[in-house]
Amino acid sequence: MPGSTRGWRINRGRFRPWLRFLRRYPLGAGGAAVVVVMVLAGLAAEWVAPGDPVAANFGAMFNAPNRAHWFGTDAFGRDVLSRIIFGARTALVIGFGSSLLGATIGGAIGVASAYFGGITDLLVQRLVDIVISFPIIVVAMAIVAIIGVGTDKLVVAIALSFLPRAERVVRSSALSVREMAYVEAARALGCSHGRIIRRHMAPNVLAPYLVMLTSFLGQAILLEASLSFLGLGISEPTPAWGLMLRGAAVDFVQRAPWMAIFPGLAISIAVLAFNVFGDALRDAFDPRLRT
Amino acid sequence: MTRYIITRFLLMVPTLLAVGVLIFVLVRVVPGDIVALRLVLGGSFVTPQVIEAERARLGLNKSMWAQFSEWMTGMLRLDLGRSMWSGEPVASEIGLRLQLSLELAVIATAIATAIAIPMGTLAAVYRGRWVDQVIQVISVAGLSVPSFWLGILMILFLLSVFNYLPPLVFTPLWQDPKANLAQLIWPALAVGYRYSAVATRMTRSALLEVLREDYVRTASAKGLATGIILRKHALPNALMPVVTVIGLEFAFLIGGLVVTEQVFNLNGIGKLIVDAIAQRDYTLIQGLMLLVAVGYILVNFLVDLLYAWIDPRVAYQ
Repeated sequence: MPGSTRGWRINRGRFRPWLRFLRRYPLGAGGAAVVVVMVLAGLAAEWVAPGDPVAANFGAMFNAPNRAHWFGTDAFGRDVLSRIIFGARTALVIGFGSSLLGATIGGAIGVASAYFGGITDLLVQRLVDIVISFPIIVVAMAIVAIIGVGTDKLVVAIALSFLPRAERVVRSSALSVREMAYVEAARALGCSHGRIIRRHMAPNVLAPYLVMLTSFLGQAILLEASLSFLGLGISEPTPAWGLMLRGAAVDFVQRAPWMAIFPGLAISIAVLAFNVFGDALRDAFDPRLRT
Repeated sequence: MTRYIITRFLLMVPTLLAVGVLIFVLVRVVPGDIVALRLVLGGSFVTPQVIEAERARLGLNKSMWAQFSEWMTGMLRLDLGRSMWSGEPVASEIGLRLQLSLELAVIATAIATAIAIPMGTLAAVYRGRWVDQVIQVISVAGLSVPSFWLGILMILFLLSVFNYLPPLVFTPLWQDPKANLAQLIWPALAVGYRYSAVATRMTRSALLEVLREDYVRTASAKGLATGIILRKHALPNALMPVVTVIGLEFAFLIGGLVVTEQVFNLNGIGKLIVDAIAQRDYTLIQGLMLLVAVGYILVNFLVDLLYAWIDPRVAYQ
């Protein structure tokens, strides 16, 4: 039986599902394309970027966009385009890192909380209730205050702020999975709790998990930009989009508008790409949610 | 109904208590206390005796439990304590800024609602057509553009086109409504865009759900005009999730305007939160976090009451 299904699938062509996605969700596919470009640019920043993102050049401060510096230079004479390209790497590392970490740990807690139920579930849910009642940026700020700034710490801080939200989403799907006959069967067969959660429950909440993960990606990039803008995220001289909007970009906005316009555009396009891709993924995964 | 309101109200107490305990412990986990920050990082040499004396003055040398019970007994008298940094009562520190933040949140909500409900309705009615697609793209863009960047662009636009900068000093609404609005309308627009995007998407999907219902088909089969169907049958039934979203976003705006306030140089609750955390001002942080939690819980409560008002089927036992 597995052999026949396999053959059928190969006949349909490996690219069929992708082409169908492209046809049904052109906007989402466009988002995915932008994400791919961003990932490539982030990976190959050293080769793609026209200049050094951190080298100051005090002979070329506040240069307007020209042939040598397409997006102009900043208050330290650094090339804005290069900083944006290297900033993509920062944004992606933090976006993917924190989303994966937050969604996975939060999801695991959600599945476990739904599976065990009772007092465990009650306590976890009350704790989640409390954390969820604070704006996400306030939670992230508080965590940064405790653990400090830096790329790795920012990943942890953003992941932790996503955690309760991820827990909620996955738990609500896991609650219905728990009532399924196969979970009962696994329990009757004497599977351990850990095995039931890992092998029987987790795979069946994968769809909401993935949808949530993509929606976190855009949010994480926005959150990173906001925190860096406040001086609570990435610190100089590391190139990061939010950081580029801080300080001189605001103070000299009229004199050097390119310093404020381009990094903001980069944030907006990146987040937009993740958002439209996430929306399309949600529609494709869960037709019931389609509107 | 009255009984429901009272129980709901009393249920707030344990939640707030839990918030209080959590915040209390959390602020003390943050490395470095206010004395270390103010005296030691100040650069001047201070003897350990002076540091100890300052700790004692602020009550930081007492046990955690003693500090907590002191804070709690103060709360019973509706006294939030004094800011460790400025020495002013926390309540008045917050009161000063709350006026601005609350007003900003109200204006942003008004803008968002005024945009979202017609836009969401249009998108739902013309589902799949170009109107819908345009509105959807505008909304998803609203979720993607950082509101602080939008704020920077607004300032840039006002400066370069009109050579105008919004006033930097806050004037209360009743003192000079024009100056007040001139300052707050821009940040309200900047956050209102994102806010309206959230609400538009919710209006659209809630309305689409309702438009599938049998009673809507019946109404249209008996020849009612689309406008009447929407106003009398569809919208009231689709409004509940929209009201929830608007309410929760409003609650989050009070503390969540941190970044936008920074761009427009507003002295609001968000800025106070940043400063209080940076200065390790324990009493002020505790007061602010309680305020944010109370705001969220109260809005939830009001949304529930509004449900009962919008939907007569909701009867609270």
